[in-house]
Amino acid sequence: MFCLQELKNNIIICGHFGCGKTNVAVGLALDMARAGRRLGIVDLDIVNPYFRTADSVPELERAGVDCFIPQFANTNVDIPSLGGEISAVFARQTDDPFYTAIFDVGGDNGAIALRRYRPELEKRGYSMLFVASMYRPLTETAEDAVAGLREIEACSGLHATAFINNSNIGRETSADDIAASLTYTDKICELTSLPCLAVTLHNASYAKQLHSKYPEYNFTVISDSTKKLF
Amino acid sequence: MSGKVLMKGNEALAEAAIRNGCIHFFGYPITPQTELAEYMAKRLPKVGGLCLQAESEIAAINMVLGAAASGVRAMTSSSSPGISLKSEGISYMVGSDLPCLICNVQRGGPGLGGIQPSQQDYYQATKANGHGDLHLFVVAPASVQEMVTLVGRAFDVADTYRTPAMILADGALGQMMEPVDFDTALAGKREVPEKTWATCGHEGKRKKNIINSLFINPDELEKSVLEREERYKLIEKNEVLWEEYLVDDADIVIVSYGISARICKSAIEMARAEGIKVGMIRPITLWPYPKAALAKAANTASKFLVVELNMGQMVDDVKVAIDCRRPVSFFGRTGGMLPTADDVLAEIRKLNGGKQ
Repeated sequence: MFCLQELKNNIIICGHFGCGKTNVAVGLALDMARAGRRLGIVDLDIVNPYFRTADSVPELERAGVDCFIPQFANTNVDIPSLGGEISAVFARQTDDPFYTAIFDVGGDNGAIALRRYRPELEKRGYSMLFVASMYRPLTETAEDAVAGLREIEACSGLHATAFINNSNIGRETSADDIAASLTYTDKICELTSLPCLAVTLHNASYAKQLHSKYPEYNFTVISDSTKKLF
Repeated sequence: MSGKVLMKGNEALAEAAIRNGCIHFFGYPITPQTELAEYMAKRLPKVGGLCLQAESEIAAINMVLGAAASGVRAMTSSSSPGISLKSEGISYMVGSDLPCLICNVQRGGPGLGGIQPSQQDYYQATKANGHGDLHLFVVAPASVQEMVTLVGRAFDVADTYRTPAMILADGALGQMMEPVDFDTALAGKREVPEKTWATCGHEGKRKKNIINSLFINPDELEKSVLEREERYKLIEKNEVLWEEYLVDDADIVIVSYGISARICKSAIEMARAEGIKVGMIRPITLWPYPKAALAKAANTASKFLVVELNMGQMVDDVKVAIDCRRPVSFFGRTGGMLPTADDVLAEIRKLNGGKQ
Protein backbone atom coordinates (compact mmCIF):
# COMPACT_ATOMS: atom_id res chain seq x y z
CA MET A 1 0.00 0.00 0.00
CA PHE A 2 1.06 3.55 -0.64
CA CYS A 3 1.18 5.84 2.43
CA LEU A 4 -1.96 7.71 1.49
CA GLN A 5 -2.13 10.00 4.52
CA GLU A 6 0.94 11.90 3.35
CA LEU A 7 -0.64 12.88 0.05
CA LYS A 8 -2.56 16.03 -0.83
CA ASN A 9 -5.80 16.02 -2.82
CA ASN A 10 -3.99 16.65 -6.09
CA ILE A 11 -1.41 14.00 -6.84
CA ILE A 12 0.82 14.43 -9.87
CA ILE A 13 2.74 11.46 -11.24
CA CYS A 14 5.70 12.57 -13.34
CA GLY A 15 8.96 11.15 -14.69
CA HIS A 16 10.95 10.12 -17.74
CA PHE A 17 8.85 8.44 -20.40
CA GLY A 18 8.65 4.72 -19.94
CA CYS A 19 9.50 4.83 -16.22
CA GLY A 20 6.10 3.34 -15.39
CA LYS A 21 4.09 6.44 -14.48
CA THR A 22 0.84 5.02 -15.80
CA ASN A 23 1.26 1.77 -13.87
CA VAL A 24 1.99 3.76 -10.72
CA ALA A 25 -0.93 6.15 -11.31
CA VAL A 26 -3.39 3.33 -11.98
CA GLY A 27 -2.02 1.31 -9.04
CA LEU A 28 -2.32 4.28 -6.71
CA ALA A 29 -5.84 5.05 -7.92
CA LEU A 30 -6.95 1.47 -7.29
CA ASP A 31 -5.33 1.51 -3.80
CA MET A 32 -7.14 4.73 -2.95
CA ALA A 33 -10.48 3.48 -4.25
CA ARG A 34 -10.08 0.35 -2.11
CA ALA A 35 -9.35 2.58 0.89
CA GLY A 36 -12.72 4.24 0.26
CA ARG A 37 -11.45 7.52 -1.16
CA ARG A 38 -13.55 9.39 -3.74
CA LEU A 39 -11.25 10.11 -6.64
CA GLY A 40 -10.62 10.56 -10.30
CA ILE A 41 -7.65 9.87 -12.56
CA VAL A 42 -6.66 12.46 -15.14
CA ASP A 43 -4.79 11.39 -18.29
CA LEU A 44 -2.56 14.38 -19.04
CA ASP A 45 -0.30 12.43 -21.38
CA ILE A 46 0.30 14.43 -24.55
CA VAL A 47 3.31 12.30 -25.53
CA ASN A 48 2.33 8.63 -25.80
CA PRO A 49 0.17 7.60 -28.74
CA TYR A 50 -0.71 4.28 -27.11
CA PHE A 51 -0.18 2.33 -23.87
CA ARG A 52 -1.83 4.92 -21.64
CA THR A 53 -4.30 5.41 -18.78
CA ALA A 54 -7.19 5.26 -21.22
CA ASP A 55 -6.44 1.51 -21.65
CA SER A 56 -7.37 0.92 -17.98
CA VAL A 57 -10.69 2.79 -17.97
CA PRO A 58 -12.92 -0.30 -17.55
CA GLU A 59 -10.93 -1.57 -14.55
CA LEU A 60 -10.75 1.88 -12.98
CA GLU A 61 -14.45 2.54 -13.42
CA ARG A 62 -15.32 -0.84 -11.93
CA ALA A 63 -13.30 0.20 -8.87
CA GLY A 64 -15.25 3.46 -8.70
CA VAL A 65 -12.50 5.75 -10.05
CA ASP A 66 -13.72 8.55 -12.32
CA CYS A 67 -11.68 8.80 -15.52
CA PHE A 68 -10.87 12.13 -17.11
CA ILE A 69 -9.52 11.19 -20.53
CA PRO A 70 -8.62 13.58 -23.36
CA GLN A 71 -10.94 13.41 -26.33
CA PHE A 72 -8.36 12.04 -28.77
CA ALA A 73 -6.64 9.45 -26.56
CA ASN A 74 -6.33 6.07 -28.33
CA THR A 75 -7.82 7.42 -31.54
CA ASN A 76 -6.26 7.54 -34.97
CA VAL A 77 -5.09 11.12 -34.66
CA ASP A 78 -2.18 12.50 -32.73
CA ILE A 79 -3.71 15.68 -31.36
CA PRO A 80 -2.29 16.55 -27.95
CA SER A 81 -5.34 18.53 -26.90
CA LEU A 82 -6.56 18.76 -23.32
CA GLY A 83 -10.13 19.98 -23.45
CA GLY A 84 -12.66 21.11 -20.89
CA GLU A 85 -13.21 17.49 -19.85
CA ILE A 86 -9.90 17.72 -17.97
CA SER A 87 -10.71 20.90 -16.06
CA ALA A 88 -13.91 19.25 -14.84
CA VAL A 89 -11.86 17.54 -12.16
CA PHE A 90 -11.29 20.86 -10.38
CA ALA A 91 -15.01 21.58 -10.44
CA ARG A 92 -15.51 18.24 -8.70
CA GLN A 93 -13.05 19.29 -6.01
CA THR A 94 -14.88 22.56 -5.47
CA ASP A 95 -18.08 20.59 -4.82
CA ASP A 96 -16.34 17.94 -2.76
CA PRO A 97 -13.31 19.05 -0.70
CA PHE A 98 -12.27 15.43 -0.08
CA TYR A 99 -12.18 14.54 -3.78
CA THR A 100 -8.73 13.37 -4.89
CA ALA A 101 -7.35 13.81 -8.39
CA ILE A 102 -4.41 11.79 -9.72
CA PHE A 103 -2.70 13.35 -12.72
CA ASP A 104 -0.84 10.95 -15.01
CA VAL A 105 1.56 13.20 -16.88
CA GLY A 106 3.39 12.51 -20.15
CA GLY A 107 7.11 11.76 -20.01
CA ASP A 108 9.92 14.33 -19.88
CA ASN A 109 8.83 17.64 -21.38
CA GLY A 110 5.28 16.24 -21.68
CA ALA A 111 5.10 17.83 -18.23
CA ILE A 112 4.54 21.11 -20.03
CA ALA A 113 0.86 20.10 -20.04
CA LEU A 114 0.88 20.72 -16.28
CA ARG A 115 1.82 24.34 -16.56
CA ARG A 116 -1.66 25.32 -17.68
CA TYR A 117 -3.09 23.83 -14.47
CA ARG A 118 -0.35 25.25 -12.25
CA PRO A 119 -2.44 28.09 -10.74
CA GLU A 120 -5.20 25.64 -9.74
CA LEU A 121 -2.73 23.11 -8.41
CA GLU A 122 -0.80 25.67 -6.35
CA LYS A 123 -4.02 27.13 -4.98
CA ARG A 124 -5.44 23.75 -3.99
CA GLY A 125 -2.15 22.15 -2.96
CA TYR A 126 -0.46 19.18 -4.60
CA SER A 127 1.87 16.27 -4.09
CA MET A 128 4.13 15.69 -7.07
CA LEU A 129 5.55 12.19 -7.15
CA PHE A 130 8.68 11.70 -9.21
CA VAL A 131 8.92 8.18 -10.64
CA ALA A 132 12.20 6.75 -11.96
CA SER A 133 13.67 3.41 -12.97
CA MET A 134 17.36 2.58 -13.04
CA TYR A 135 16.68 0.04 -15.77
CA ARG A 136 15.68 2.74 -18.24
CA PRO A 137 18.52 3.85 -20.51
CA LEU A 138 18.37 7.62 -20.00
CA THR A 139 17.83 7.48 -16.22
CA GLU A 140 20.26 4.73 -15.31
CA THR A 141 22.23 6.87 -12.90
CA ALA A 142 20.73 8.92 -10.08
CA GLU A 143 22.39 12.01 -11.55
CA ASP A 144 20.72 11.50 -14.96
CA ALA A 145 17.36 10.81 -13.29
CA VAL A 146 17.60 14.01 -11.26
CA ALA A 147 18.60 15.99 -14.36
CA GLY A 148 15.38 14.68 -15.94
CA LEU A 149 13.40 15.75 -12.89
CA ARG A 150 14.82 19.27 -13.10
CA GLU A 151 13.66 19.44 -16.75
CA ILE A 152 10.18 18.34 -15.70
CA GLU A 153 10.11 20.94 -12.92
CA ALA A 154 11.24 23.65 -15.31
CA CYS A 155 8.55 22.66 -17.85
CA SER A 156 5.73 22.45 -15.34
CA GLY A 157 6.71 25.19 -12.88
CA LEU A 158 5.90 22.71 -10.10
CA HIS A 159 8.18 20.89 -7.69
CA ALA A 160 8.44 17.23 -6.78
CA THR A 161 7.48 16.40 -3.20
CA ALA A 162 8.36 12.69 -3.05
CA PHE A 163 10.15 9.97 -4.99
CA ILE A 164 8.87 6.58 -6.15
CA ASN A 165 11.39 3.98 -7.27
CA ASN A 166 9.77 1.89 -10.00
CA SER A 167 12.95 0.14 -11.18
CA ASN A 168 12.00 -2.98 -13.14
CA ILE A 169 12.82 -4.91 -16.29
CA GLY A 170 9.26 -5.96 -17.03
CA ARG A 171 8.33 -9.57 -16.58
CA GLU A 172 11.97 -10.54 -16.08
CA THR A 173 12.38 -8.50 -12.88
CA SER A 174 13.87 -10.45 -9.97
CA ALA A 175 13.93 -9.56 -6.27
CA ASP A 176 17.68 -8.99 -6.69
CA ASP A 177 17.05 -6.45 -9.46
CA ILE A 178 14.86 -4.49 -7.06
CA ALA A 179 17.33 -4.82 -4.20
CA ALA A 180 20.06 -3.55 -6.54
CA SER A 181 18.03 -0.39 -7.13
CA LEU A 182 17.93 0.65 -3.47
CA THR A 183 21.29 2.46 -3.63
CA TYR A 184 19.87 4.34 -6.62
CA THR A 185 16.85 5.26 -4.50
CA ASP A 186 19.07 6.53 -1.67
CA LYS A 187 21.18 8.56 -4.07
CA ILE A 188 18.16 10.22 -5.71
CA CYS A 189 16.69 11.04 -2.29
CA GLU A 190 20.04 12.45 -1.19
CA LEU A 191 20.45 14.58 -4.32
CA THR A 192 16.90 15.94 -4.20
CA SER A 193 16.15 15.86 -0.45
CA LEU A 194 12.90 14.10 -1.36
CA PRO A 195 11.46 11.33 0.83
CA CYS A 196 11.03 7.93 -0.84
CA LEU A 197 7.29 7.26 -0.81
CA ALA A 198 7.51 3.74 -2.21
CA VAL A 199 9.54 1.14 -4.03
CA THR A 200 6.99 -0.34 -6.40
CA LEU A 201 6.93 -3.89 -7.74
CA HIS A 202 4.51 -6.33 -9.33
CA ASN A 203 5.39 -9.53 -7.51
CA ALA A 204 3.84 -9.81 -4.03
CA SER A 205 6.21 -12.58 -2.92
CA TYR A 206 9.21 -10.32 -3.59
CA ALA A 207 7.64 -7.63 -1.43
CA LYS A 208 7.59 -9.89 1.64
CA GLN A 209 11.11 -11.07 1.03
CA LEU A 210 12.47 -7.57 0.46
CA HIS A 211 10.57 -6.08 3.37
CA SER A 212 12.15 -8.47 5.88
CA LYS A 213 15.62 -7.64 4.52
CA TYR A 214 15.17 -3.89 4.04
CA PRO A 215 12.47 -2.80 6.50
CA GLU A 216 13.25 0.91 6.02
CA TYR A 217 11.65 0.95 2.54
CA ASN A 218 7.97 0.85 1.72
CA PHE A 219 7.73 -1.94 -0.87
CA THR A 220 4.41 -1.45 -2.61
CA VAL A 221 2.81 -4.01 -4.90
CA ILE A 222 1.03 -2.56 -7.92
CA SER A 223 -0.64 -4.54 -10.67
CA ASP A 224 0.77 -4.37 -14.20
CA SER A 225 -1.91 -2.41 -16.04
CA THR A 226 -0.04 -2.28 -19.37
CA LYS A 227 -2.27 -3.43 -22.20
CA LYS A 228 -1.34 -6.93 -23.41
CA LEU A 229 -1.24 -7.39 -27.16
CA PHE A 230 -0.52 -11.11 -27.25
CA MET B 1 24.70 0.42 -20.10
CA SER B 2 25.35 -3.20 -19.20
CA GLY B 3 23.01 -6.03 -18.30
CA LYS B 4 19.34 -5.88 -19.15
CA VAL B 5 17.39 -2.68 -19.54
CA LEU B 6 13.74 -2.01 -20.28
CA MET B 7 13.27 -0.19 -23.56
CA LYS B 8 10.67 0.94 -26.00
CA GLY B 9 11.23 -0.52 -29.46
CA ASN B 10 11.88 2.94 -30.89
CA GLU B 11 14.56 3.68 -28.30
CA ALA B 12 16.16 0.27 -28.82
CA LEU B 13 16.43 0.88 -32.59
CA ALA B 14 18.23 4.14 -31.89
CA GLU B 15 20.58 2.77 -29.23
CA ALA B 16 21.37 -0.28 -31.39
CA ALA B 17 22.29 1.99 -34.29
CA ILE B 18 24.65 3.99 -32.08
CA ARG B 19 26.23 0.77 -30.78
CA ASN B 20 26.78 -0.28 -34.38
CA GLY B 21 28.73 2.87 -35.14
CA CYS B 22 25.94 4.98 -36.59
CA ILE B 23 26.26 8.46 -35.13
CA HIS B 24 24.68 10.36 -38.02
CA PHE B 25 20.90 10.53 -37.89
CA PHE B 26 18.58 12.66 -40.00
CA GLY B 27 14.85 12.58 -39.42
CA TYR B 28 11.56 14.32 -39.21
CA PRO B 29 8.99 13.62 -36.48
CA ILE B 30 5.99 11.39 -37.09
CA THR B 31 3.97 9.22 -34.76
CA PRO B 32 4.53 6.39 -33.86
CA GLN B 33 8.33 6.56 -34.44
CA THR B 34 9.17 9.92 -32.85
CA GLU B 35 10.85 8.44 -29.75
CA LEU B 36 13.58 7.12 -32.04
CA ALA B 37 14.53 10.63 -33.17
CA GLU B 38 14.09 12.01 -29.63
CA TYR B 39 16.45 9.38 -28.29
CA MET B 40 19.00 10.21 -30.98
CA ALA B 41 18.68 13.91 -30.16
CA LYS B 42 19.49 13.20 -26.52
CA ARG B 43 22.24 10.63 -27.01
CA LEU B 44 24.15 11.58 -30.16
CA PRO B 45 25.63 14.88 -28.92
CA LYS B 46 27.07 12.93 -25.97
CA VAL B 47 28.92 10.50 -28.25
CA GLY B 48 30.22 13.07 -30.73
CA GLY B 49 27.47 12.37 -33.26
CA LEU B 50 24.93 14.42 -35.15
CA CYS B 51 21.15 14.26 -34.90
CA LEU B 52 19.50 16.65 -37.28
CA GLN B 53 15.80 17.34 -37.53
CA ALA B 54 15.45 18.19 -41.20
CA GLU B 55 12.78 20.45 -42.67
CA SER B 56 11.05 17.46 -44.25
CA GLU B 57 11.34 13.73 -44.83
CA ILE B 58 12.65 14.43 -48.32
CA ALA B 59 15.44 16.60 -46.93
CA ALA B 60 16.26 13.97 -44.30
CA ILE B 61 16.76 11.11 -46.77
CA ASN B 62 18.93 13.29 -48.99
CA MET B 63 21.07 14.21 -45.98
CA VAL B 64 21.43 10.47 -45.38
CA LEU B 65 22.56 10.15 -49.00
CA GLY B 66 25.21 12.81 -48.48
CA ALA B 67 26.42 11.37 -45.20
CA ALA B 68 26.53 7.82 -46.59
CA ALA B 69 28.50 9.04 -49.61
CA SER B 70 31.18 10.29 -47.24
CA GLY B 71 31.50 6.74 -45.89
CA VAL B 72 29.82 7.02 -42.47
CA ARG B 73 26.99 4.83 -41.26
CA ALA B 74 23.88 6.98 -41.64
CA MET B 75 20.28 6.43 -40.71
CA THR B 76 16.82 7.89 -40.99
CA SER B 77 13.50 6.78 -39.61
CA SER B 78 9.88 7.58 -40.20
CA SER B 79 6.44 6.06 -40.37
CA SER B 80 4.40 5.11 -43.42
CA PRO B 81 3.46 8.48 -45.02
CA GLY B 82 6.97 9.76 -44.32
CA ILE B 83 8.50 6.72 -46.01
CA SER B 84 6.45 7.46 -49.13
CA LEU B 85 8.06 10.89 -49.18
CA LYS B 86 11.51 9.35 -48.86
CA SER B 87 11.00 6.98 -51.79
CA GLU B 88 12.70 9.19 -54.34
CA GLY B 89 15.78 9.60 -52.17
CA ILE B 90 15.85 5.87 -51.45
CA SER B 91 15.89 5.14 -55.18
CA TYR B 92 18.71 7.65 -55.66
CA MET B 93 20.67 5.89 -52.91
CA VAL B 94 20.19 2.54 -54.63
CA GLY B 95 21.28 4.11 -57.92
CA SER B 96 24.34 5.52 -56.16
CA ASP B 97 25.07 2.18 -54.43
CA LEU B 98 25.03 3.76 -50.99
CA PRO B 99 24.44 1.81 -47.79
CA CYS B 100 22.18 3.22 -45.07
CA LEU B 101 19.49 2.16 -42.64
CA ILE B 102 15.88 3.29 -42.94
CA CYS B 103 13.41 2.42 -40.17
CA ASN B 104 9.73 2.33 -41.00
CA VAL B 105 7.63 2.12 -37.82
CA GLN B 106 4.41 1.55 -39.73
CA ARG B 107 1.05 3.15 -39.03
CA GLY B 108 -2.30 2.73 -40.74
CA GLY B 109 -2.85 3.98 -44.28
CA PRO B 110 -3.46 4.86 -47.02
CA GLY B 111 -3.06 8.63 -47.01
CA LEU B 112 -2.65 10.20 -43.62
CA GLY B 113 -4.43 7.11 -42.29
CA GLY B 114 -3.95 6.87 -38.56
CA ILE B 115 -1.36 6.49 -35.84
CA GLN B 116 -2.19 2.96 -34.72
CA PRO B 117 -0.03 -0.05 -35.72
CA SER B 118 -0.25 -1.67 -39.14
CA GLN B 119 1.71 -3.75 -41.65
CA GLN B 120 0.22 -2.07 -44.67
CA ASP B 121 3.59 -1.14 -46.19
CA TYR B 122 4.72 -4.69 -47.04
CA TYR B 123 4.27 -4.17 -50.77
CA GLN B 124 6.00 -0.81 -50.59
CA ALA B 125 8.96 -2.16 -48.61
CA THR B 126 9.51 -5.34 -50.58
CA LYS B 127 8.37 -4.44 -54.10
CA ALA B 128 8.53 -0.75 -54.80
CA ASN B 129 10.26 1.50 -52.32
CA GLY B 130 11.16 3.86 -55.12
CA HIS B 131 11.45 3.68 -58.89
CA GLY B 132 13.79 1.54 -60.96
CA ASP B 133 15.05 -2.04 -60.70
CA LEU B 134 15.67 -2.05 -57.00
CA HIS B 135 15.45 -4.01 -53.80
CA LEU B 136 16.13 -3.05 -50.23
CA PHE B 137 17.37 -5.53 -47.66
CA VAL B 138 14.18 -5.60 -45.55
CA VAL B 139 14.01 -7.14 -42.07
CA ALA B 140 10.95 -7.45 -39.84
CA PRO B 141 11.76 -7.78 -36.13
CA ALA B 142 9.17 -9.34 -33.81
CA SER B 143 10.52 -8.22 -30.44
CA VAL B 144 12.46 -5.32 -28.98
CA GLN B 145 15.47 -7.61 -28.50
CA GLU B 146 15.31 -8.68 -32.13
CA MET B 147 15.15 -5.04 -33.21
CA VAL B 148 18.56 -4.61 -31.61
CA THR B 149 20.04 -7.68 -33.32
CA LEU B 150 18.61 -6.76 -36.71
CA VAL B 151 19.85 -3.18 -36.68
CA GLY B 152 23.39 -4.57 -36.57
CA ARG B 153 22.63 -7.14 -39.25
CA ALA B 154 21.00 -4.51 -41.48
CA PHE B 155 24.00 -2.17 -41.27
CA ASP B 156 26.41 -5.04 -41.97
CA VAL B 157 24.44 -6.24 -45.00
CA ALA B 158 24.05 -2.66 -46.24
CA ASP B 159 27.80 -2.07 -46.05
CA THR B 160 28.74 -5.47 -47.49
CA TYR B 161 26.54 -5.15 -50.59
CA ARG B 162 26.37 -1.34 -50.85
CA THR B 163 22.60 -1.21 -50.55
CA PRO B 164 20.08 0.63 -48.38
CA ALA B 165 18.52 -1.60 -45.71
CA MET B 166 15.18 -1.22 -44.03
CA ILE B 167 13.82 -2.23 -40.64
CA LEU B 168 10.11 -2.76 -41.22
CA ALA B 169 8.57 -2.47 -37.76
CA ASP B 170 5.17 -1.18 -36.69
CA GLY B 171 3.71 1.12 -34.08
CA ALA B 172 3.11 -1.63 -31.55
CA LEU B 173 6.72 -2.80 -31.64
CA GLY B 174 7.95 0.77 -31.63
CA GLN B 175 5.92 1.71 -28.58
CA MET B 176 5.95 -1.44 -26.47
CA MET B 177 8.54 -2.01 -23.78
CA GLU B 178 10.52 -5.21 -23.33
CA PRO B 179 13.78 -6.18 -21.63
CA VAL B 180 16.83 -5.83 -23.88
CA ASP B 181 20.37 -7.09 -23.58
CA PHE B 182 22.74 -5.19 -25.88
CA ASP B 183 25.86 -7.20 -25.08
CA THR B 184 24.40 -10.45 -26.47
CA ALA B 185 23.02 -8.70 -29.54
CA LEU B 186 26.36 -7.17 -30.43
CA ALA B 187 28.26 -10.44 -30.17
CA GLY B 188 27.70 -11.54 -33.79
CA LYS B 189 29.10 -8.53 -35.62
CA ARG B 190 30.80 -9.30 -38.93
CA GLU B 191 33.70 -7.76 -40.81
CA VAL B 192 32.56 -5.40 -43.54
CA PRO B 193 34.63 -4.25 -46.52
CA GLU B 194 36.48 -0.97 -46.35
CA LYS B 195 34.62 1.88 -48.08
CA THR B 196 37.23 2.65 -50.72
CA TRP B 197 34.50 4.32 -52.81
CA ALA B 198 33.67 7.01 -50.23
CA THR B 199 33.93 10.67 -51.13
CA CYS B 200 35.82 11.65 -48.03
CA GLY B 201 38.72 13.60 -49.55
CA HIS B 202 41.48 12.03 -51.66
CA GLU B 203 44.26 14.36 -50.41
CA GLY B 204 45.95 14.01 -53.79
CA LYS B 205 46.78 10.38 -53.00
CA ARG B 206 44.19 8.56 -55.12
CA LYS B 207 41.83 9.12 -58.02
CA LYS B 208 38.76 11.05 -57.00
CA ASN B 209 35.63 9.07 -56.16
CA ILE B 210 32.29 10.09 -57.66
CA ILE B 211 28.91 9.16 -56.19
CA ASN B 212 26.19 9.47 -58.79
CA SER B 213 23.07 7.77 -60.11
CA LEU B 214 23.11 9.38 -63.54
CA PHE B 215 24.54 7.55 -66.55
CA ILE B 216 24.87 9.47 -69.78
CA ASN B 217 24.96 6.35 -71.99
CA PRO B 218 22.20 3.73 -71.81
CA ASP B 219 24.67 0.84 -72.09
CA GLU B 220 26.51 2.09 -69.02
CA LEU B 221 23.26 2.32 -67.07
CA GLU B 222 22.34 -1.21 -68.11
CA LYS B 223 25.77 -2.45 -67.03
CA SER B 224 25.34 -0.80 -63.63
CA VAL B 225 21.87 -2.34 -63.15
CA LEU B 226 23.16 -5.77 -64.16
CA GLU B 227 26.10 -5.51 -61.77
CA ARG B 228 23.72 -4.58 -58.93
CA GLU B 229 21.52 -7.52 -59.88
CA GLU B 230 24.49 -9.82 -59.25
CA ARG B 231 24.77 -8.38 -55.74
CA TYR B 232 21.03 -8.94 -55.21
CA LYS B 233 21.57 -12.59 -56.17
CA LEU B 234 24.27 -12.86 -53.52
CA ILE B 235 21.96 -11.30 -50.92
CA GLU B 236 19.25 -13.82 -51.85
CA LYS B 237 21.78 -16.62 -51.51
CA ASN B 238 23.49 -15.52 -48.28
CA GLU B 239 21.22 -13.31 -46.21
CA VAL B 240 17.80 -14.99 -45.85
CA LEU B 241 16.57 -15.22 -42.25
CA TRP B 242 13.47 -16.89 -40.84
CA GLU B 243 12.24 -18.64 -37.71
CA GLU B 244 10.38 -21.94 -37.63
CA TYR B 245 8.06 -22.75 -34.77
CA LEU B 246 6.55 -26.24 -34.43
CA VAL B 247 6.58 -26.74 -38.22
CA ASP B 248 7.85 -30.36 -38.39
CA ASP B 249 4.55 -32.09 -37.58
CA ALA B 250 2.27 -29.19 -38.52
CA ASP B 251 -0.77 -29.77 -40.69
CA ILE B 252 -1.46 -26.04 -40.82
CA VAL B 253 1.46 -23.65 -41.22
CA ILE B 254 0.91 -20.02 -40.31
CA VAL B 255 3.12 -17.49 -42.10
CA SER B 256 3.34 -14.22 -40.25
CA TYR B 257 5.98 -11.60 -39.41
CA GLY B 258 6.62 -8.84 -36.90
CA ILE B 259 3.98 -8.11 -34.28
CA SER B 260 1.42 -10.37 -36.04
CA ALA B 261 3.76 -13.32 -35.50
CA ARG B 262 3.79 -12.63 -31.74
CA ILE B 263 0.00 -12.78 -31.69
CA CYS B 264 0.06 -15.94 -33.82
CA LYS B 265 2.50 -17.62 -31.43
CA SER B 266 0.00 -17.24 -28.58
CA ALA B 267 -2.76 -18.56 -30.86
CA ILE B 268 -0.62 -21.56 -31.85
CA GLU B 269 -0.04 -22.45 -28.20
CA MET B 270 -3.80 -22.34 -27.60
CA ALA B 271 -4.50 -24.43 -30.72
CA ARG B 272 -1.84 -27.00 -29.79
CA ALA B 273 -3.51 -27.34 -26.38
CA GLU B 274 -6.66 -28.31 -28.31
CA GLY B 275 -4.65 -30.90 -30.26
CA ILE B 276 -4.54 -28.97 -33.54
CA LYS B 277 -1.23 -29.47 -35.32
CA VAL B 278 -0.31 -25.95 -36.25
CA GLY B 279 3.08 -24.29 -36.58
CA MET B 280 4.57 -21.12 -37.98
CA ILE B 281 7.21 -19.89 -40.36
CA ARG B 282 8.13 -16.34 -39.46
CA PRO B 283 10.02 -14.56 -42.23
CA ILE B 284 12.63 -12.32 -40.59
CA THR B 285 13.97 -11.02 -43.89
CA LEU B 286 11.04 -9.94 -46.06
CA TRP B 287 13.46 -9.33 -48.90
CA PRO B 288 15.17 -11.67 -49.57
CA TYR B 289 12.15 -13.86 -48.86
CA PRO B 290 12.56 -17.33 -47.23
CA LYS B 291 11.13 -19.13 -50.26
CA ALA B 292 13.01 -22.40 -49.70
CA ALA B 293 11.76 -22.76 -46.11
CA LEU B 294 8.17 -22.34 -47.27
CA ALA B 295 8.60 -24.68 -50.22
CA LYS B 296 9.95 -27.32 -47.82
CA ALA B 297 7.05 -26.85 -45.40
CA ALA B 298 4.62 -27.35 -48.31
CA ASN B 299 5.98 -30.89 -48.64
CA THR B 300 4.49 -31.84 -45.27
CA ALA B 301 1.81 -29.31 -44.34
CA SER B 302 -1.57 -29.41 -46.03
CA LYS B 303 -2.69 -25.81 -45.53
CA PHE B 304 -1.19 -22.37 -45.08
CA LEU B 305 -2.64 -19.42 -43.21
CA VAL B 306 -1.12 -15.98 -43.69
CA VAL B 307 -1.75 -13.41 -40.94
CA GLU B 308 -0.89 -9.76 -41.50
CA LEU B 309 -2.09 -6.33 -40.38
CA ASN B 310 -3.29 -5.46 -43.86
CA MET B 311 -5.70 -6.76 -46.49
CA GLY B 312 -3.33 -9.46 -47.79
CA GLN B 313 0.06 -8.47 -49.17
CA MET B 314 2.69 -11.06 -48.16
CA VAL B 315 0.12 -13.74 -48.98
CA ASP B 316 1.15 -13.40 -52.65
CA ASP B 317 4.79 -14.20 -51.83
CA VAL B 318 3.69 -17.31 -49.92
CA LYS B 319 1.70 -18.57 -52.92
CA VAL B 320 4.70 -18.01 -55.20
CA ALA B 321 7.13 -19.62 -52.75
CA ILE B 322 5.06 -22.81 -52.52
CA ASP B 323 4.15 -22.71 -56.20
CA CYS B 324 0.45 -22.80 -55.21
CA ARG B 325 0.84 -26.45 -54.22
CA ARG B 326 -1.32 -25.98 -51.09
CA PRO B 327 -4.32 -23.78 -50.35
CA VAL B 328 -3.29 -20.47 -48.77
CA SER B 329 -5.84 -18.66 -46.60
CA PHE B 330 -5.53 -15.14 -45.32
CA PHE B 331 -6.58 -13.40 -42.12
CA GLY B 332 -5.86 -9.77 -41.40
CA ARG B 333 -7.04 -6.66 -39.62
CA THR B 334 -6.28 -3.23 -40.94
CA GLY B 335 -6.59 0.47 -40.28
CA GLY B 336 -4.75 0.25 -36.99
CA MET B 337 -6.71 -2.66 -35.52
CA LEU B 338 -4.86 -5.63 -34.01
CA PRO B 339 -6.36 -9.12 -33.97
CA THR B 340 -6.33 -10.96 -30.66
CA ALA B 341 -4.86 -14.43 -30.24
CA ASP B 342 -8.47 -15.64 -29.94
CA ASP B 343 -9.29 -14.19 -33.36
CA VAL B 344 -6.37 -16.09 -34.90
CA LEU B 345 -7.36 -19.24 -33.00
CA ALA B 346 -10.84 -18.99 -34.54
CA GLU B 347 -9.25 -18.93 -38.02
CA ILE B 348 -7.10 -21.95 -37.16
CA ARG B 349 -10.18 -23.84 -35.95
CA LYS B 350 -12.01 -22.95 -39.14
CA LEU B 351 -9.17 -24.37 -41.25
CA ASN B 352 -9.07 -27.45 -39.06
CA GLY B 353 -12.81 -27.98 -39.61
CA GLY B 354 -13.96 -31.57 -39.67
CA LYS B 355 -10.66 -33.00 -38.51
CA GLN B 356 -11.12 -32.04 -34.87
